[in-house]
Amino acid sequence: MHLVYPAVLAALLFCTGLYGVLARRNAILVLMSVELMLNAVNLNLVAFDVWLRDTLHAGQALTLFTIAIAAAEIGIGLAIVLMVHRNRGTSDIDALRDTAESVADPAGDDTGHDGEHGGHDEHDDVYDAEYDEDSSDPDTHPGPAAGEKAEATA
Amino acid sequence: MTLAAPGFLSPTGVEIAFLLVGLVTFGAAVLTVTTRQLVHAALWLVVALGGLAVEYLLLTAEFIAWVQVLIYVGSVVVLLLFGLMLTRAPIGRSPDADSGNRPVALAVAVVATGALLWVVVDAFRTAWIDLEGPARGTTAVSGESLFRHWVLPFEALSVLLLAALVGAIVLSRRNAPDEPDATDMPNAPDAPEGARPVGPDGRGGASRRGAGGAGGATEVK
Repeated sequence: MHLVYPAVLAALLFCTGLYGVLARRNAILVLMSVELMLNAVNLNLVAFDVWLRDTLHAGQALTLFTIAIAAAEIGIGLAIVLMVHRNRGTSDIDALRDTAESVADPAGDDTGHDGEHGGHDEHDDVYDAEYDEDSSDPDTHPGPAAGEKAEATA
Repeated sequence: MTLAAPGFLSPTGVEIAFLLVGLVTFGAAVLTVTTRQLVHAALWLVVALGGLAVEYLLLTAEFIAWVQVLIYVGSVVVLLLFGLMLTRAPIGRSPDADSGNRPVALAVAVVATGALLWVVVDAFRTAWIDLEGPARGTTAVSGESLFRHWVLPFEALSVLLLAALVGAIVLSRRNAPDEPDATDMPNAPDAPEGARPVGPDGRGGASRRGAGGAGGATEVK
């Protein structure tokens, strides 16, 4: 068999998964795309193992390891997605912007208590109060609202 | 540029079968990442992963093929469907399945496809897999190499699976033990899902909570 067939199929599958990771909004669909990318890697490993006739069977052993690691990854990933959905009421990736850096407050991380920026205490107090008010409501998307308020206070 | 003996334009039967199954696999993968119905995406993923199992069989990697069917088609897709169900994914078309950066993603994917195909085709134009002789991936051969040369990574992997299991349980527990929250007050108004209506006997939150893991069911009692 020509080696180009499995290599081209693996490349196409990998790029399909790449598109899915970048374009999808639901976190579970992103996990599906990651599975597609991992399967492309597996196909490459198997094809090159058969091509090289490796005496250690490194390709097929590594394929088994990759499958096991992918199973662990999907379990952990789904647990994280379920926890985020339980806490935030959404599993959309672009609604989770708590750690995004806003332009107006470059030190505004999601806690705001790290004490490194003690120069403007009033701003921090206002920011913290409004942030806590936002984050107590799980059904709104706190990220953009917090960013807008941080810009307004600064 | 000259092709070697087997000839590029006279494919063998295995190559034709690989090509046809590959087309089905790639089509299913494209549908997985483009369909707007979330459950259909998981079902197309089954087709793509099953097609890859057939490709492994055609590459004489028999054991990998059955492991693929067992673990991917059997458990990973079921986990994904459970995840879709537990996050209350809408049945039917959801218009916001794709985010706003879809054109950028399409451009990146097309550029990556072009670059990868160019490199791969240019590099392996004259490489042929010899599928004759004894099969490379039977269970006997795979098991022998796995337990003769790869024992230490295999055992390390079992530890990793255990760690992942414990991690998933810890993540999906309702509360950490040092966090006195809704554990003793199931109807606490400051519970994170307090906006959701609670049943008249106070178990509306409990049934939802039991879905998160085994920790929820014991706390209700």
